[in-house]
Amino acid sequence: MKAKGIVHKYGNNVDTDVIIPARYLNTQSHEELASHCMEDLDKDFVNKVSKGDVIVAGDNFGCGSSREHAPIAIKASGISCVIATTFARIFYRNSINIGLPILECKDASDAIDAGDTVEIDFDSGLITNITKNESYQALPFPEFIKEIIDKGGLLKSITGESK
Amino acid sequence: MSMTMTQKILADHAGLDKVVAGQLINANLDMVLANDITGPVSINEFASNGFDKVFDKEKVSLVMDHFTPNKDIKSAEQCKQCRTFARKFDITNFYDVGNMGIEHALLPELGLVAPGELIIGADSHTCTYGALGAFSTGVGSTDVAAGMATGMAWFKVPSAIKFNIIGKLNKYISGKDVILHIIGMIGVDGALYKSMEFMGDGIENLTIDDRLCISNMAIEAGAKNGIFVVDDITKEYIKDKICRQVKAYFPDEDAEYDKTYDIDLSTIKSTVAFPHLPENTHDIDEIKAMEDINIDQVVIGSCTNGRLSDMKEAAEILKGKKLHRDVRGIIIPATQKIYKQCMHLGYTDIFIDAGCVVSTPTCGPCLGGHMGVLAGGESCVSTTNRNFVGRMGHVDSKVYLASPAIAAASAITGKISSPNQEVK
Ligand code: SF4
Repeated sequence: MKAKGIVHKYGNNVDTDVIIPARYLNTQSHEELASHCMEDLDKDFVNKVSKGDVIVAGDNFGCGSSREHAPIAIKASGISCVIATTFARIFYRNSINIGLPILECKDASDAIDAGDTVEIDFDSGLITNITKNESYQALPFPEFIKEIIDKGGLLKSITGESK
Repeated sequence: MSMTMTQKILADHAGLDKVVAGQLINANLDMVLANDITGPVSINEFASNGFDKVFDKEKVSLVMDHFTPNKDIKSAEQCKQCRTFARKFDITNFYDVGNMGIEHALLPELGLVAPGELIIGADSHTCTYGALGAFSTGVGSTDVAAGMATGMAWFKVPSAIKFNIIGKLNKYISGKDVILHIIGMIGVDGALYKSMEFMGDGIENLTIDDRLCISNMAIEAGAKNGIFVVDDITKEYIKDKICRQVKAYFPDEDAEYDKTYDIDLSTIKSTVAFPHLPENTHDIDEIKAMEDINIDQVVIGSCTNGRLSDMKEAAEILKGKKLHRDVRGIIIPATQKIYKQCMHLGYTDIFIDAGCVVSTPTCGPCLGGHMGVLAGGESCVSTTNRNFVGRMGHVDSKVYLASPAIAAASAITGKISSPNQEVK
């Protein structure tokens, strides 16, 4: 599996309250959530994001609440992958469980700038910066987690097993 | 190899003799929790993946607390969906307007969580129950859907940081100051993916309410869980709430910790987290040396500080006083039981006479939902747990996190103040 897109870059500690503010948590519509994605951090995000784009950020991305609405909003806005130095743990497991690919890679997070075009190979964990002609190696997912992602999320992996 | 408290609970629930940090395990769950925001997402996932029964109707809790009493039509629909689900599957622990409380105050109060148990909840502050010696952690709605169906969840076994507590708190200093002090020290990702384990002689000087407040905010340091050693105070707290067999886990003497911090309670001062991160802490002496920080609103409540001892502290400070004319005071006891106790003990009169509103239990303003949303440019001293940009309303509003004592004192003066200044 591969992804390719233009980078939107953010800093450290991007929290779930700015990814999707609580005032919009009275809906479960993916489109509606996507229409407010990143609103309190970057008002223009929803206008500039295109399908396949990539978010690159610093430490502790997705800290704060357990709302699955956050990775859902990001995924529904068209983002194909989030790369960060580290992720907050609930955001990390939520992303895996709903099938939003995320990678931890400090080198990539340091070197990639907003507007760069990057290509990601999820099997090897290799991130290629096409604009800068560089590449960075992220750790690929452990087997157990790869299985969840390959089966299309946690629940599919459970129902698949019990069938 | 030796294990931490957390690792022992995880090993037992996974049917393993031992586990090591980094290991991926599947563990049995004693309780699965969701609320009116995360529940509907779980229920949709549960249904759309074809599950037709819950693993144990006694071991699922659904609490309608965030946008209730329903703030708008969409919120009403979300609660209705939870109610319908609860009836269909005969969920024992469904709590609606009239018998609900804020989930993390309610579950311990009702004895639904106990020492040694393993609890997941689709709410990040599920880590609160570590105060009772349980392993509890926040997860997402999909985890909860899977948990409700199978009674199991996957975990990566965490390593841990040890907090060796000594000494005794000074007057008007409480669990909130302790945890804000710790987060200020280690940062919002200081315990990322790890357990925070609290032990040492000083824990006998921390009440259960202090411990619940400390464990509640473990997530604000990025931790997976925040757990206390079980002692006589824990046993006393659960004795009239829990009849089932419980098990206390202690760390092995030679358990490995990534780091150990000594925390001397007697040195901790009133601590306030400034916008927009819980790690931006300043103690009261630093604040006194700053220019006045004027405030527009005070909120005393939430799963962090909406318990009876919090109400008592606020009432002692507000007794016979009036709020500053520029400050709105919103007081929200966290459960129906606490709400009633406030009435019997005369706290409600004190609050209302001082010029506060006293609300039925709800998360409300804590997440900028309703019942006290902030306008642009406004500042609030709040006993809640997060002060991110826009957390309590407008993106240009500011939240200062503090103890009930600081919040009450500040409500009187109209600026961030210490109760020691106020109560004389
Ligand atoms: S009171 Fe605030 S932090 Fe606690 S459960 Fe409610 S919204 Fe979450």
